[in-house]
Amino acid sequence: MTSDKFISIEGIAKRYPGAGGGETAVFENLWLSMPRGEFGCVIGHSGCGKTTVLNILAGLDDPSEGVVIVDGQGIEGTSLDRAVIFQSHALLPWRTVLGNVAYAVTSKWRRWDKARVKAHAQKFIDLVGLTGAEHKRPSELSGGMKQRVGIARALSITPKIMLMDEPFSALDALTRGTLQDEVRRICLETGQTAFMITHDVDEAIYLADRIFLMTNGPGAVLAEIVENPLPKDRARIDLHRHPHYYALRNHIIDFLVSRSKTFAATVTNHDPRNVPVVRIGLSEPMLVTPAVVGGQDVSGTMPAVAR
Amino acid sequence: MTKSLRFRAAIMSIVIFLAFIGTWHLATRGTTTVATMSPEYAKLMGITATQGKSAMPGPLDVGAKLWEHVKRPFYDNGPNDKGLGIQLAYSIARVGIGYLLAVVVAIPLGFLIGMSPLINRALDPFIQILKPISPLAWMPLALYTIKDSGLSAIFVIFICSVWPMLLNTAFGVAAVRKEWINVARTLEVGSVRRAFTVILPAAAPTILTGMRISIGIAWLVIVAAEMLVGGTGIGYFVWNEWNNLSITNVIIAILVIGLVGMLLDQILARFTRMVTFPE
Repeated sequence: MTSDKFISIEGIAKRYPGAGGGETAVFENLWLSMPRGEFGCVIGHSGCGKTTVLNILAGLDDPSEGVVIVDGQGIEGTSLDRAVIFQSHALLPWRTVLGNVAYAVTSKWRRWDKARVKAHAQKFIDLVGLTGAEHKRPSELSGGMKQRVGIARALSITPKIMLMDEPFSALDALTRGTLQDEVRRICLETGQTAFMITHDVDEAIYLADRIFLMTNGPGAVLAEIVENPLPKDRARIDLHRHPHYYALRNHIIDFLVSRSKTFAATVTNHDPRNVPVVRIGLSEPMLVTPAVVGGQDVSGTMPAVAR
Repeated sequence: MTKSLRFRAAIMSIVIFLAFIGTWHLATRGTTTVATMSPEYAKLMGITATQGKSAMPGPLDVGAKLWEHVKRPFYDNGPNDKGLGIQLAYSIARVGIGYLLAVVVAIPLGFLIGMSPLINRALDPFIQILKPISPLAWMPLALYTIKDSGLSAIFVIFICSVWPMLLNTAFGVAAVRKEWINVARTLEVGSVRRAFTVILPAAAPTILTGMRISIGIAWLVIVAAEMLVGGTGIGYFVWNEWNNLSITNVIIAILVIGLVGMLLDQILARFTRMVTFPE
């Protein structure tokens, strides 16, 4: 059963006390919703509050205003339903790979005996391709392997949502590509709902069903939602051969390069509750009304893709 | 290469040791007769005057006396003549008790200070004032209130070892990486379990460093404290042998104090290595 608003961010704001007694708003009145099973990516420049949005979603941070509803319930603090993959992998260095994953497993299922915890953790270590490295400490692993452990730890608690804060930004390009493949495979296989922050346009195009574009902070807004026109079974190697690839890529880069700065000044009738949805077609990118957007099966709206 | 470096260092250490012993021996051995004097007078003056023999014992005297102590470490001929082993046992016991009391107080309190900025700020002025006080300055107050010299010595050990542990624990706990805390938070780990599974292991190297500093200070202070309170202990032994004018025994005591101090330090160093994690 696909819910239209599995995650619903409703009018959240984050303000910090500014210099001279006033308050600086990182963002105000932010609305965003995602259906179950969708992969959403937020793109924006540093300081636009992407990480704050993710931390609020995770429950690590509280919004100054507004609420977040997940699966029909307002969130309050952190939850085992929402797993976080940290940018810095955040493994506990005094525990082994197995120990790190098992820590998450015992946190979720406190009454499980050791053998059951171990078997469950092992399943997810195998899933991310770390079989054989169970008893290594994080310091003995490469950056990519550490992040694999982070992914295994997040998946092992079978969360409703995976939250990823630039998980691959600290990795080299080759490792990043492999891990993106892994994450995409796992999310497609398990129907995982995922919310990811990135500043890598290609990463967003490869992974996301919808891409959320945020303007520069302070006072950042969610400017546009871009639907990914690429088919669901896209592969990394022929991504750039897809006829819509460059239109999509150019649209996002144009936004990041120029429109993210001038958005607030040029667009006066922006309604944060009805953020325009951009659908990239063979012609120029066009805006569609948000009401038209239904489920997450974006590839279905793109018939007759030239190959 | 490493092995040869270690080998060369060992050779050099031995050479330095032999040179030291040799110089010591030469400096303290008897020289030729200084002056001719009547036998009665010479008898009166002793070998120091008649043979130019130094009052400072040579390495051979010290070695012979040390061997006696090693052979009979636990004899007890009354209050002023106990074996070196007994005296050391008293000192180690005092240090042990005072130190463990300090651990029991400093680590939970340090946790509290590290986790609560409010308590940190509230207690800071007290800690800043109490910390630089020489532990021996507490002695008269301890003697007056506790009315027991043995317990007073233990109190002095407690008060001198509590500060490094307290400050290091507070610092270690406060400096635990935010991301590790966040991991525990996203996994809905309760605060008690979080303290034991995340904060304690993360802060353990810092805490153990504090404990290592403390044991060193405690061992420094016990000698002085026992000189003051008297009765038993290696510090009392040093002072008693000084009163007996037995420089040989004083030198032996100095040597033994150094050895025990090194041993205590090495034990704590081993514990520190056990809890240290590479990042």
